[in-house]
Amino acid sequence: MKIIVCVKRVPDSESRVNAAADRKSIDTQGVKFVLNPYDEFAIEEALRLKEAAGDGSVTVMTLGGDDSKETLRSALAMGADEAVLLKGQTSIDGLGTAEKLAEGIRGREYDLILFGKQAIDDDNLQVPAMVAELLELPCATVVVELQVADGRATAKREVEGGHEVVEFALPGVVAAQKGLNEPRYASLKGIMMAKKKPLEEVDVGDAESRLELIEVTNPPERSAGEIVGEGPEAVPELVRKLREQAKVL
Amino acid sequence: MASFDGVDYFDLDSLLSEEERAVRDTIREWVDNELLPIINDCYIERRFPKELVPQMAELGIFGSNMPEKYGCAGLNNVAYGLIMQELERGDSGIRSFASVQSSLVMYPILEFGSEEQRQRWLPSLARAETVGCYGLTEPDHGSDPGSLTTRAVRDGDDWVITGTKMWITSGSLADIAIVWAKTGELDDPGSIRGFIVETERDGFVAKDQKGKLSLLASDTSELSLQEVRVPSSNLLPGSSGLKSALMCLNQARYGIAWGAIGAAQACYGEALSYARNRTQFGRPIAGFQIQQIRLVEMLSEITKAQLLALQLGRLKDRGALRHTQVSLAKRNNVDMACEVAREARRLLGANGILIEYQSMRHMANLESVYTYEGTHDIHGLIVGEDITGISAVG
Ligand SMILES: Cc1cc2nc3c(=O)[nH]c(=O)nc-3n(C[C@H](O)[C@H](O)[C@H](O)COP(=O)(O)OP(=O)(O)OC[C@H]3O[C@@H](n4cnc5c(N)ncnc54)[C@H](O)[C@@H]3O)c2cc1C
Repeated sequence: MKIIVCVKRVPDSESRVNAAADRKSIDTQGVKFVLNPYDEFAIEEALRLKEAAGDGSVTVMTLGGDDSKETLRSALAMGADEAVLLKGQTSIDGLGTAEKLAEGIRGREYDLILFGKQAIDDDNLQVPAMVAELLELPCATVVVELQVADGRATAKREVEGGHEVVEFALPGVVAAQKGLNEPRYASLKGIMMAKKKPLEEVDVGDAESRLELIEVTNPPERSAGEIVGEGPEAVPELVRKLREQAKVL
Repeated sequence: MASFDGVDYFDLDSLLSEEERAVRDTIREWVDNELLPIINDCYIERRFPKELVPQMAELGIFGSNMPEKYGCAGLNNVAYGLIMQELERGDSGIRSFASVQSSLVMYPILEFGSEEQRQRWLPSLARAETVGCYGLTEPDHGSDPGSLTTRAVRDGDDWVITGTKMWITSGSLADIAIVWAKTGELDDPGSIRGFIVETERDGFVAKDQKGKLSLLASDTSELSLQEVRVPSSNLLPGSSGLKSALMCLNQARYGIAWGAIGAAQACYGEALSYARNRTQFGRPIAGFQIQQIRLVEMLSEITKAQLLALQLGRLKDRGALRHTQVSLAKRNNVDMACEVAREARRLLGANGILIEYQSMRHMANLESVYTYEGTHDIHGLIVGEDITGISAVG
């Protein structure tokens, strides 16, 4: 079982992110970057499939700059076997990024390509499906259960109000949703081993963009909450405010 | 993802390698996800969270700075220190467990054990399939362990050990105890040797220490050894005299100098967020000068302690560390953490005495940390002797 997992370096959701002075990007000062959390589910699934199969390999791949090596090493520390850095900048246009990834994947051997269902920075939810399309592969997104046997995969997808089960022939693309598994912690030995594992660098150039970025802004400041009182006596006043001020009743 | 960002006012992160940061972040996340949700209940129930031990072993926490050939991660000492810091941010009890297993049980086997003993025990201790404890202190011999009275008497191919050990961390959980006993006359500390004693042997009894008001999520026990017979292969052949026992403590103290910073960070973080949110006299209490200075004092002390620990670690990694430097750092950093915890507790007002907030738990824990592994006073006297050339200890 040969598996490729595409990952992305994103700002930690715990970090407070602000628009930069140029209003075209975010201010990275003091922002901590991590492996995209949804990608952790994808890596974990890949490792489990490989462990269950008893052989094979897990390759992690990303499009990005030199600082993305740290992200790749986080994935290697979890247990991936090797990493590929496609050197170039990602684009806010999902298709531009997908083209570079597809280019990086073409010519490699694989049975399955895994992604997180979305990157938590630009929240496009585009890249997995676009890579599948570019490589002419079947694709299941928002997957919460995955079984692989005899060259076929069965994926349970989250859909509005329920689930949907789809089946397809491998190779194929799967985008992982939270709940697919419980990602492992990178062990301390894993962290030490990560720097000894192969990390291939390929220059692919920056991703194209059909979208022009006009402006990045912070969300409006939220106004402070109001405590109308305590206990049952406060209820009438609360109801009045909800009805007259907030107009939600 | 870690919900705790750490305290780093001087960008000390930039002094750490990528692996050192990765190690810290992994343990930080683990503490957030696995330890913090249960620690309050454990504390109230006076229970060590045993169920976390297999996960800690899986992560590779035990003996993490020891060689890979014994199943360990082979980290440097700075990374090891950062692990201790993060564990103690959770609770001193869990850090104590890790310190004992690594520095007081695995270290003496690595340092004073035969190759056969290392092969037999180290991988199993790293996986925590074997849990260890360290018995040096006795009811009447604390700061002055050289006067201990536990005896090991040679009988044919065996050693027969008799004595009582007190305040032994993990004593009731342990499968093996590293017991320090005199093989010669009672007035000869040079005859002290270390023994690996399996706790299931006849004559070995561990009894939980009742009535503690500190380190409640940790097992502290009294060990009674009544003519416990061990084969001569259980003697740590390289151990000789009190010095060997103190070398182990020196390893553990190194970790404590880091650990205390974690507890202090937890308290400072809690105090800062509380001060911003608690309103009195029409403004957040963080808006009053006294509370600002209180917070700044905490931050200053934490920052100094961080620099001290980091340089301590770099010296240790270079093999240039002196034990008196470890004494100074243990003394300074634990005292710092005690003060920070107390000030945080006070800043929190009445809420500060509740288990829902961390500061009082840390404050109570740190009183043990202040006392064990050489009291604050004793470390002062060790450094005092070093700089004056005059011993004021005994
Ligand atoms: C929770 C906990 C866990 C522990 N775990 C372990 C363990 O796993 N293994 C182990 O072997 N031990 C353990 N200990 C024991 C610990 O190391 C001792 O408590 C410590 O060494 C102090 O000894 P003591 O309590 O007998 O105090 P004492 O030595 O009686 O000291 C009492 C006071 O006198 C002061 N004092 C002593 N001598 C001098 C001097 N010469 N000059 C000035 N002041 C002096 C001390 O600083 C202290 O303030 C643990 C203790 C605690 C509280």
